[in-house]
Amino acid sequence: MSKNVQAEPGNDDAWIQKAKAIAAAIRLRGFEYVMQANGGYLSQICSAAELLAYLYSHGLNLAPPEAPLKPSAFTGVPRAGAGYETGARFNGESLPDRDRFFFSPAHYALPLYVALIETGRMHPDGLSEFNKDGSTVELIGAEHSPGFETTTGSLSQALSQAAGVAIARRMKGEAGLIWVMMSDGEYQEGQTWEAFQAIAFHRLDNMRVIVDVNEQQCDGPMELVMKIEPLAERLRAFGATVVEIDGHDLVAMDAAKTRAEPGKALVILARTDPARGVPLLNERCPMLHYLRFTSAEEKNKYEAELAAMRERSSC
Amino acid sequence: MLEIVKRPHVENFIEWSRNRPEVLVLSADLTNSCEVGRWRDTYPDRFFSMGMAEQNMMGVAAGLAREGYTPWIHTFAVFIYRRSYDQLAMSIAYPNLPARMVGFLPGIVTPGGVTHQAIEDVSIMRATPNMTILETGDATEVETVLDVAQAVDGPVYIRMLRGEMPRLFPKSEPFQLNKARVLSEGDDILLITSGIVTEEAIRATKAVSLAGVSVQHLHVSTLKPFNDSIVKKALSGVKGGVITMENHTIVGGLGSAVAELMAESACAVPLLRFGLLDTYAHGASRQYLMAEYELDAAALIRGVEAILKRPLNIALDALEEARIEDMHSLAKAEAL
Repeated sequence: MSKNVQAEPGNDDAWIQKAKAIAAAIRLRGFEYVMQANGGYLSQICSAAELLAYLYSHGLNLAPPEAPLKPSAFTGVPRAGAGYETGARFNGESLPDRDRFFFSPAHYALPLYVALIETGRMHPDGLSEFNKDGSTVELIGAEHSPGFETTTGSLSQALSQAAGVAIARRMKGEAGLIWVMMSDGEYQEGQTWEAFQAIAFHRLDNMRVIVDVNEQQCDGPMELVMKIEPLAERLRAFGATVVEIDGHDLVAMDAAKTRAEPGKALVILARTDPARGVPLLNERCPMLHYLRFTSAEEKNKYEAELAAMRERSSC
Repeated sequence: MLEIVKRPHVENFIEWSRNRPEVLVLSADLTNSCEVGRWRDTYPDRFFSMGMAEQNMMGVAAGLAREGYTPWIHTFAVFIYRRSYDQLAMSIAYPNLPARMVGFLPGIVTPGGVTHQAIEDVSIMRATPNMTILETGDATEVETVLDVAQAVDGPVYIRMLRGEMPRLFPKSEPFQLNKARVLSEGDDILLITSGIVTEEAIRATKAVSLAGVSVQHLHVSTLKPFNDSIVKKALSGVKGGVITMENHTIVGGLGSAVAELMAESACAVPLLRFGLLDTYAHGASRQYLMAEYELDAAALIRGVEAILKRPLNIALDALEEARIEDMHSLAKAEAL
């Protein structure tokens, strides 16, 4: 794995300590929730904890929350003449100079909700609504779900929509950036490459894309399902500026953000470990996409792992 | 004498867009083919070439629509609903965004064959929640569908005509949402047509009337929603039977919509649907295909005879001479 950006040792800026603490809290709250729910998308929490902590505590220029919001009950899908409450309100007021955040891998909904809680944007009680009938805190969110501005459960559609927003914001002269978080599996979809082709052609340099490259997908390791490497070279050939980093290295993430070039979108490939913080997950390799317990004994082992994580966080 | 209009969309759309800065055009490498080449040259800053990449184009349109613009996608109909349906449904229709999808080459108007003939677009779009479906049948409708589409709070799909077309309806009678045009009055037969087949049907109704059959002929240009009180009233008054004719498969289009309305209102007369009978078509001239698939005046007369169970003895040469377009001349060559 090549890395263009190395973390600088000894950097102890306050934001880093804060982001580290948020990442640890995302992992702990997410793990606790998965155990309580008897299974769930745990590896995505492990791989994306730093990424989401970084974006919501430092990387994104979002309007700060006035107070943690409580998710609304589901009142209906978008339709003419009816009100609809967008999940984007959890990302702060939409203002010309502020960034916009488009969350593409909708099956990462749980990590996103937990990140919103740990960064003061969603009330902790919101998580108790997760995957409950009549709630907007859905298993795989839609655009009424906290943190979602678009409906992206059919993967790879967020990037094109964000490109449309990027063109619109450029026409309106808005300074804010358009951030898209993606998962690496989405690079198997043709639409992703159609989008990068258009982003380069229309020179949408107000776009930032950060990818959780955990090399896992529903059927197993990506290299056995459908290879996408060499991803960085492919993206460069499609006209993007690409920076590869260790996706658990907050300093590297922040350095990567500064590498944007005129006329090009910046893509940060965050290479991550889908078992980071919960090494027990490695026993399930290569099937990491969704944690489903096969026995009480297995669940007990995860309970013990969670207890150890809790212990570490309290000291 | 029927007025024939050449390429009415070209100048009309440019003029209409002049004081509407929110109107943008997205094109997928079919710009001149969809008659927006001059629009692009007139408003280069509002025109976005998206290349042959319709899935991405749908998403980009959605993003622009979210920001207050109204993207007018111009491409062939087949590439809108076949090639990029998931994007159309999830990026545009689900959020009820005001994207306008202008689909050219509806049904069998093109000799481009099965890949270019949109024969099941209405079925698919009718099944798509939040979608409004409009179909143009003449130059007046091509010119005035713009205002109707732009006023809709949500996505709109338009079956659009290009090139030469008749002006069947006066300019003073613009396209109206969900309002059928009453072309003749009567109560033996209710005839409901849409798009290009209305011109054929007008010829048939004249001949049938001369044979003593009273026909109420409605031209429908809004296919969704489909709850027009004019259509409902006509259904409640018809004695002999209902005939629909559409430039589309009979599964899920105008004929199906009428059947649903008839069943819901317990309209107990026979229904005869003309259209593609659950089949793909092939590449040939429009005139040839309309005869082959029974989308012409002669077929309609046979339909009226079938419902009334008696021959009308109309000589086909008594039909007003069909408007034969220069289908095979260079002027009308169906270059893409």
